[in-house]
Amino acid sequence: MSDTQNSNDVLVAYDGTPLKQQLAKTTRRMKLRALLLTLPLVLFIIIAFVLPIGDMLIRSFHNPTGTNVVPNFAEVIQEWDGQDYPPDEMIKVFVQDLALARKNREVGKTVGNLATRVNYEIPGSRSLFTKTARKADKITEGPYLDALIKLDKKWANENVWVTLKRVTRDYTLSFYLAATDRKYDENENIIRADELYRIYLPLLYKTIALSALITFLCFLIAYPVAYLLSTLPLRTSNLLMILVLLPFWTSLLVRTSAWIAMLQTEGIINNIFVYLGFIDDENRIQMIYNATGTVIAMVHILLPFMILPLYSVMKTIPPSYMRAAKSMGASNFMAFRRVYFPQTIPGIAAGVLLVFILAIGYYITPALVGGSDGLLISNEIARHIQSSLNWSLGAALGTILLVVVLALYWLYNKLVGVDNLKFG
Amino acid sequence: MTASQRVKTPGFQALVVATIIFALFTQSVGGTIGFFILFGIPLFAMTPLPPYASRGERIWHYAFLATCTLIFLFLILPILIIIPLSFNTEPYFSFTEGMIALDPEAYSTRWYADIFRFGMTAPDAVEGWWEDMWENATWIRAFRNSFFLAIASTILATTLGTLAALGLSRPEMPFRSAITSLLISPMIVPLVITATGMFFFYGGTMQGVIPGYPDGLAKTYLGLVLAHTTLGVPFVIITVTATLSGFDRSLIRASQSLGASGFTTFFKVVMPLILPGMISGALFAFSTSLDEVVAVIFMADVDQRTIPRQMFSGLREQISPTILAVATILVIMSIILLTTVELLRRRSERLRGLSPG
Repeated sequence: MSDTQNSNDVLVAYDGTPLKQQLAKTTRRMKLRALLLTLPLVLFIIIAFVLPIGDMLIRSFHNPTGTNVVPNFAEVIQEWDGQDYPPDEMIKVFVQDLALARKNREVGKTVGNLATRVNYEIPGSRSLFTKTARKADKITEGPYLDALIKLDKKWANENVWVTLKRVTRDYTLSFYLAATDRKYDENENIIRADELYRIYLPLLYKTIALSALITFLCFLIAYPVAYLLSTLPLRTSNLLMILVLLPFWTSLLVRTSAWIAMLQTEGIINNIFVYLGFIDDENRIQMIYNATGTVIAMVHILLPFMILPLYSVMKTIPPSYMRAAKSMGASNFMAFRRVYFPQTIPGIAAGVLLVFILAIGYYITPALVGGSDGLLISNEIARHIQSSLNWSLGAALGTILLVVVLALYWLYNKLVGVDNLKFG
Repeated sequence: MTASQRVKTPGFQALVVATIIFALFTQSVGGTIGFFILFGIPLFAMTPLPPYASRGERIWHYAFLATCTLIFLFLILPILIIIPLSFNTEPYFSFTEGMIALDPEAYSTRWYADIFRFGMTAPDAVEGWWEDMWENATWIRAFRNSFFLAIASTILATTLGTLAALGLSRPEMPFRSAITSLLISPMIVPLVITATGMFFFYGGTMQGVIPGYPDGLAKTYLGLVLAHTTLGVPFVIITVTATLSGFDRSLIRASQSLGASGFTTFFKVVMPLILPGMISGALFAFSTSLDEVVAVIFMADVDQRTIPRQMFSGLREQISPTILAVATILVIMSIILLTTVELLRRRSERLRGLSPG
């Protein structure tokens, strides 16, 4: 040792470079190699998954309908200070743009699109635009504002012009305001929407409350089963585990149809109740197409996600701990509460977070068995994307849900760690 | 313990008392017999309590067993119940009187025949029946679409996922937890959000970007395969990483010191050992794709409908027991999948010496 030290003072590799450098180089190369192995999938996930979600995020605040339909007006109106009415030359541009837009049939650039967009802000204003556009080419000389008011008295409402100025900006917060039951008033202040229109925040709270209820029920049901499975001999518990894993492997749609067969008014549970004399044939219980149906079916569907993490934690708790506690005088309840239960908390955290995360974004089961009062926020997002076609609002609601889920995922990562996710 | 000894246990006596109470309350013979058998099975199957257990402990124990029985019943009954229901003669989702009386007339396979016949142009024709069925039957088309999507996305997800898992399980892997979180996230992000994003991105934003797909990827099989691959990847990552965590890395060094190249090492040493994990992951990805419906609802065209998509619209529009017949086939498939995965898991545990075998 002293020989090499003396000759050069530092350890060197076979090619004469210092060993430290050589090691750093090798480590770097190994790291790069490990990174390269994951690179194809990371790129795939970014292109196929992250970019689409980014697209949704952008659409929630970027809506170029105004600039698409009335491009010239969108440019000039931004110079208006928002007092009284815009100057007549701006309104002239508006009338000309509207006349041009009427001939445009391209999706996203029609007068109808602008009318829908303004209608989100001022409900009931849709016909104002379609009607005005039809007659726009007849208005050839000023004053343009008076001509418009002659066509429809609503043009005298200053709020229409303020709103027009707002919707012709490409970037807007209006959809986030709508998604949180708020809106702009005449002076561009943010106020709460009218009582009647407050639907999204209550829906979000309801989704959270129902998910919490489902999670709690799953926990109540899963705890004894996981305990039983963890205490039985391996052969028996493997056999019983199949009863837990079979639902896990069975298609979601199969389980939902099964619950429709079980819970409907002429279904199996009602039939058994009638047969056993618990209820009369006339007073069958309505257990489906409402929140009850959603909760029952979702507890069944999510139960394995609670049982499996609980089981894997309980399996590692030696039974001798409980015996030791009892031999030292603890009652059964005390031994459970002070010795057994605290050791299962990691499993509880994992199961509860996982079930809650999955429940809060559920779509299919509520859509099929939820009726109208068992619907969750996901169903509202899907409705806006598929039938009401207010894509930006759907995207804004989606973004809010995504933020909640990602916060919970972060918490899961902190408390449990993604590496500890396991199935079976 | 013999049967006669078991009858003398307090658990059995408690069961008898409970059954009598149940019979008095409901006054039905069938219900009482069912009650007795249901709670009798776990009682006979379980190991009895030690003789020093107190009365309270005994009551608690039996109540616990009864609760667990009910929970297992809750888990499994809805799945098993659809099997007899799918043989219903009547177009209902519930048992008819004849079915309960086990009347053979009340059972039929007409809904299974309906899987083939529904949507055919001439279901009773002899000539060209096969072509007609293969091309036009709605459910057959759904099966074809589902299997095509599932197989294609499983191959993609397993290949990419295994490669990534190999990298992630290396001890020198940088940013491990960040990358793992990213790759697992498709499982966590609500399907509606994923589907919405893909609907926007594949449909509108990608218009004219990909050569050969001027309208973007919406309503194409490629778009659906990409979506299903994304959703299957987390399962492959989880199962393969779990298998690799018990992998003895000195085997790799041994192989390399004997002069094997990276490829030879992987195919001759690593892959045979992690193959059970890979197959499990692939089966998970397969089952995920087969079960996925939200992305299909958002992105697929009418003739790209898969089995769950067809079931979804069936449950919303006209409920017919054909859905139950399809569901029965799916349950049998999931039993096969589950058995395979369980056998693989046990084999892998045996290989790693974790289980008594």
